[in-house]
Amino acid sequence: MSKFKLITKGLVKDNPTFVLLLGMCPTLATTTSAINGLSMGLATLFVLVLSNMAISLIAPVVPDKVHIPVYIVVIATFVTLLQFLMQAFVPSVYASLGLFIPLIVVNCIVLGRAEAFANKNSIVDSAFDGIGVGLGFTLSLTVIGIVREILGSGSIFGWKFLAGDGMLAFVMAPGAFLVLGYLMVLFNKFVAKK
Amino acid sequence: MAVQSSLKNMVICLFSTCFICSALLAGVYALTKKPIDETNAKILKDSVSAVLPEGGELSEAAPITVGGQPSEYYVSTKNGEPVAYAIKSTTVGFGGPLTIMVGITADGTVYNTSVLSHAETPGLGAKCNTDEKFMAQWKGFNPAEKILAVKKDNGDVDAITASTITSRAYTLAVKNAVEAMKTL
Repeated sequence: MSKFKLITKGLVKDNPTFVLLLGMCPTLATTTSAINGLSMGLATLFVLVLSNMAISLIAPVVPDKVHIPVYIVVIATFVTLLQFLMQAFVPSVYASLGLFIPLIVVNCIVLGRAEAFANKNSIVDSAFDGIGVGLGFTLSLTVIGIVREILGSGSIFGWKFLAGDGMLAFVMAPGAFLVLGYLMVLFNKFVAKK
Repeated sequence: MAVQSSLKNMVICLFSTCFICSALLAGVYALTKKPIDETNAKILKDSVSAVLPEGGELSEAAPITVGGQPSEYYVSTKNGEPVAYAIKSTTVGFGGPLTIMVGITADGTVYNTSVLSHAETPGLGAKCNTDEKFMAQWKGFNPAEKILAVKKDNGDVDAITASTITSRAYTLAVKNAVEAMKTL
């Protein structure tokens, strides 16, 4: 498969959020605003690319019976690393995503890509697969975040175009389900129809 | 493809994975510890200076009990006389702990407040950090003349729209700080 195809596959046909329905917990919880969705997506992208590369590298020497624990340790390491880096250099983003960064460890997208792709493909292909799926996740989260922020707070990326409050329900959990559901319908109808 | 799952292989593999990962983490921890500490210290320092009148000499952190919890406070002195106190106060908000810094002048009036950390809902309770009307009312709030409770509870504090729980937690944090200051 060409490198370009590996990336578009993660964006459209295998879009983790709208097609595979993976990683729903961070999707619903962190997309309260566009910037939060974008940061969460990028954080996951970072972990996904690094863990995909590391796992494709070590897969041949990992005995089958312990491969899950080994992968989890590798993923957890990258997540903790990311946590240190965010705390040190982007404390404001870290403050707003807080709890959900450690939860990337158990995000099924990351382990899913390790199991389904990285452990039987080359390091370069795995990196591109990570970028593709990660971008797909980032894009989906950002779109959900934008829609929820417009409806819920009357602003985009923190820039307010509407005085007062929006429909507050969209900032809270019920709005997350509604927006995710409708976007999923639209995505599957128009983008990924094949 | 993969090596045989013998006991020896599994032990070696798990051990070396964990060893390399811990070494990597220890390294990054050592590298980022300084910037993290500096960032945290800066956040704390900014919030202390934001809630105290300018020009005072700031003391080191000292322990104090606020609302039954151990906390810390800073004193600002001018010519040896304490003019204001900055007290760190934590209560439970809607989404988790809400920690604020409360600046109180020596006569017991609230000088200003500032949010240190919170886990409130974005767009709702999180406004305790951005809503100008809510934040401005704390400047010069005199607990001797006004009641430290939200209007819903017959007090004088204007709550944030649709965020009564956060506003109550915030008000309680200020109240605890005011009361703790009396013990000084």
